[in-house]
Amino acid sequence: MSTQEVTIDIDKKEIDKVINIIENYGKKRTALISILQDIQERYLYLPEAAMSEVAKGLNIPLSEVYSVATFFRAFSLVPRGKHTCTVCMGTACHVRGAPRILDEFERRLNIKAGETTKDRHFSLESVNCLGCCAIGPVVVVDKEYHGEMNTNQVEKLIKQYQTKKLEPKKDQNDKT
Amino acid sequence: MTKLNSAIDLEKIVKKAKENQHLERPLIVVSSGTCGRARGSEKVFKAFEKTIKANELKDKVNLRDSCCHGFCEAEPNVIIFTNNGKHQKPIFYQKLKPEDVDEIIEKTILKNEIIDRLRYTDPQTNQKYTYFDEIPFYNKQYRLVSGNNVFVDPTNINDYFAIGGYCGLAKALTMKQEDVIAEVKKSGLRGRGGAGFPTGLKWEICRKQKGDEKYIICNADEGDPGAYMDRSLLEGNPHCVIEGIIIGAYAIGAKQGIIYVRTEYPLAIENLKIALDQARKCGLLGENILGSGFNFDIMIARGAGAFICGEETALIASIEGRIGEPRQRPPFPGEKGLWGKPTNINNVETWGTLPIVINHGAEKFAAIGTTGSKGTKIFSLVGKVRNTGLVEVPMGITLKEVIYDIGGGIPEDKAFKAVQTGGPSGGCMPKELLDLKIDYEGLTAAGSMMGSGGMIVMDENTCMVDVAKYFLNFLRDESCGKCFSCREGTQRMYEIVSEITEGKGKEGDIAFLKEVAQMVKDASMCGLGQTAANPVLSTLRYFEDEYIAHIKDKKCPAGVCKALIKYLILPDKCTGCMKCIKACPQNAITGERKKVHKLNQELCIKCGICKETCPFDAIIVE
Amino acid sequence: MPKVRINGIDFEFERGTNLLEAAKFLGIEIPTLCYNEGLSAYGACRLCVVEIAYTNSPNNTKVVSSCTYPVEDNLVVRTHSRRVIQTRRMLLEMYLATCPQSKIIQDLASKWEVKQCRFKVKYEDCIMCGLCVRMCKEQMDARAINYVQRGYKRKITTPFDKKSEVCKLCGGCMYVCPVCQARCQGPQEKEPICNACISENPPCLDAWDDMKCYMDPCAWCEQEKREKVKK
Repeated sequence: MSTQEVTIDIDKKEIDKVINIIENYGKKRTALISILQDIQERYLYLPEAAMSEVAKGLNIPLSEVYSVATFFRAFSLVPRGKHTCTVCMGTACHVRGAPRILDEFERRLNIKAGETTKDRHFSLESVNCLGCCAIGPVVVVDKEYHGEMNTNQVEKLIKQYQTKKLEPKKDQNDKT
Repeated sequence: MTKLNSAIDLEKIVKKAKENQHLERPLIVVSSGTCGRARGSEKVFKAFEKTIKANELKDKVNLRDSCCHGFCEAEPNVIIFTNNGKHQKPIFYQKLKPEDVDEIIEKTILKNEIIDRLRYTDPQTNQKYTYFDEIPFYNKQYRLVSGNNVFVDPTNINDYFAIGGYCGLAKALTMKQEDVIAEVKKSGLRGRGGAGFPTGLKWEICRKQKGDEKYIICNADEGDPGAYMDRSLLEGNPHCVIEGIIIGAYAIGAKQGIIYVRTEYPLAIENLKIALDQARKCGLLGENILGSGFNFDIMIARGAGAFICGEETALIASIEGRIGEPRQRPPFPGEKGLWGKPTNINNVETWGTLPIVINHGAEKFAAIGTTGSKGTKIFSLVGKVRNTGLVEVPMGITLKEVIYDIGGGIPEDKAFKAVQTGGPSGGCMPKELLDLKIDYEGLTAAGSMMGSGGMIVMDENTCMVDVAKYFLNFLRDESCGKCFSCREGTQRMYEIVSEITEGKGKEGDIAFLKEVAQMVKDASMCGLGQTAANPVLSTLRYFEDEYIAHIKDKKCPAGVCKALIKYLILPDKCTGCMKCIKACPQNAITGERKKVHKLNQELCIKCGICKETCPFDAIIVE
Repeated sequence: MPKVRINGIDFEFERGTNLLEAAKFLGIEIPTLCYNEGLSAYGACRLCVVEIAYTNSPNNTKVVSSCTYPVEDNLVVRTHSRRVIQTRRMLLEMYLATCPQSKIIQDLASKWEVKQCRFKVKYEDCIMCGLCVRMCKEQMDARAINYVQRGYKRKITTPFDKKSEVCKLCGGCMYVCPVCQARCQGPQEKEPICNACISENPPCLDAWDDMKCYMDPCAWCEQEKREKVKK
């Protein structure tokens, strides 16, 4: 079951923080992607209200902001899970068996690549190349690189993160 | 960091930096790029710091944290310059753990003894090597550009000064702009991003445009899966790229530069930020650079996960805050680019090579390589090869030398099948072409292309139809979707090849595929669409028999396509250990201890876990 | 003013004219799906492709969309060469498989003698030509709809697939859509291709590399007629 039907939005307090981000970049159109990246980093996805605010702040149509947000893979319109497992599907990793590893993740987590588990604990992504081909196949979980993976290690890796507690995030935009 | 106001200031600081390096002391260089860190090199570095401090050797032994020595297979590794006579050449230790550090300090640094177990062993000949440049992997390379990674800590500009950093820029600033361009033209340097357009000519086109608002862009998007040369240069020696950009900006007359880095390279972005900051503090960026009156600065723009943004016009669109959709050319970016102004775009490796061309002279550079392709090229040698890593070789070297002499051949002595170059726009070359000399024209004639430098080796267990399917899947997802021929064409080709891998291929599919491929090639607007058919066409050219086996015999000779293979338990090898029974996620294997196990084909999902688990090689793929 | 040679005819055009308009001026008809005189040229449908070269290297040809390519000095254009016709026919085959219910696409298929459709039929209702997006943006200034996603997943919709607050309910998007117009009420084939109104033109491509019958009357046609009369 996918979590795409759920619409989660941010509350009014957060809108000020979004406006802050837009102003930090001088309200220029050229900064659209950087602004969206900062919002993505903060909320782990792009909330609808935030995108409307960006459209207002930069004076461009919402349809264009939405177009940019859905064009690039770095952005997600659905909240990502606590832990993101990224399986590299680059050519070198593919030749070394990456598709089987992705299949195993999909089977164990019961979701497809690009989706998040119902309890929002795990997100599964595939990426086209991390640039670590020598240690392929590579899986990155929360910025930690795990090289030379094979299908046997997938279950263990998932269990490792099932019990791990997330460290509190440092708030870079908090000026209060 | 002092501000340099003239070329003389630069000369002084270069001299001072060399002295401060204390090259008479032993030097330990730890390789700590992204690959190294993934294998624990940060812990090794910290262990060195701790041990050196504990033994009070801080002013007697130099320790450097560098990024990427190119030999990824041997990570984490160190290169040790003992500098005291007994070992004249630098020593190479590989696959280190933090526990090895104490012994290295005690034996190698203090007593000049070599630790045997840390030496590199050639997997083919079992011969051990002590010295860095004797190792076959490094021996045949010509590490003109990437070799400097060993000599710099990317977060310390003084290391770059010590190897003559920014002297190329100082020299260029004394020349006339046209003379700088003439020098680049004389060197024969061609764009290292893939198309191989002569760099000097590109600069000249941009310089000739009227107006004083011009832009320089460094394309660090590196979208080709399997290629990471640019990442290594940006992480390991960002200053050489920055220096090249400033030289280019001066020659063309630009005031603003932008480095467009893909967001998947966090360490490269970090090191670039540090390097730019240091360059600014030293007056190498900003106003009145080295007292020449030339003003220029660089900013970083991040990609957001789109392969198409490696294409020049899509990259420009992305910087302007629009979707990465390429546009028709003419006009070319050199005439009308970013914000409609003349813009010159070059690849990271091209920029990184320029300081060497200017500093050491065009003739020296042109002396390397072939008539049409000058200089060296960095390749990422990956896939089914023993020595995976980044190799820099002179143009004209053969594929065989790279794969076997440098790469060490195929692991487990399996048969070589093909080598893929040029990423999704390139093609595969079979064993009959192993003696092909690597240069732009040669690779294009063989049905592939140089591309950014990815070189993926494939063996007898790689299915070429599956490879075509993989690339088509990549392309249909990464296509911007504007041109009907590309968007729908790649999707349709993917469907046809997919059906072939599922055993649903029919007579006439191959001829039809070729027709569709020709249409996609002709009708599409940008490079992605025009080369989208290459993986299919090149695998059909050299491996048509594999396609026929999938279509007619419904078999996958390499044992990869799930619908056409079976996993079998060999009764004469199975010992009844029950390991596979426990591992199988579908409970498809049954049996008792010490009795031959049975695999139920109907429940089997071909995941391969049983084959990986079996300690007796009793499970095979048919 | 730039001088170009189109199908052997030399002519000077105003700078900024695209090749499609230039050919039209000379009486040469090139098929289009995503082009509209009142909107900016986009180059999505690829049907208007032509083969071009420069006089200094006439054998170095490339295929480009004529609606987005500007006239240039020393340009040699062929609008009906073998390569162009083959490309157009394959494109139309793909269009038929995508939207067989569109009258405009069936008419084009008949006109260009596309008699087979070897692709699997999908019955989609959009070819992503972008006329609706450009209409909404350039003529109506509403910008309610835009492209979303990329590659094979691309589609055109409002933000978040929600009802748009800026949509002016003008119907302009439906007006320009080439797929919205249903096929004719005539024969309904079970196959994706109708071909009911196909015109039987002689296959002059067997004799020449360029199709000649856009020139009216064509020498080949006239000759065939004369031969028939003699018999």
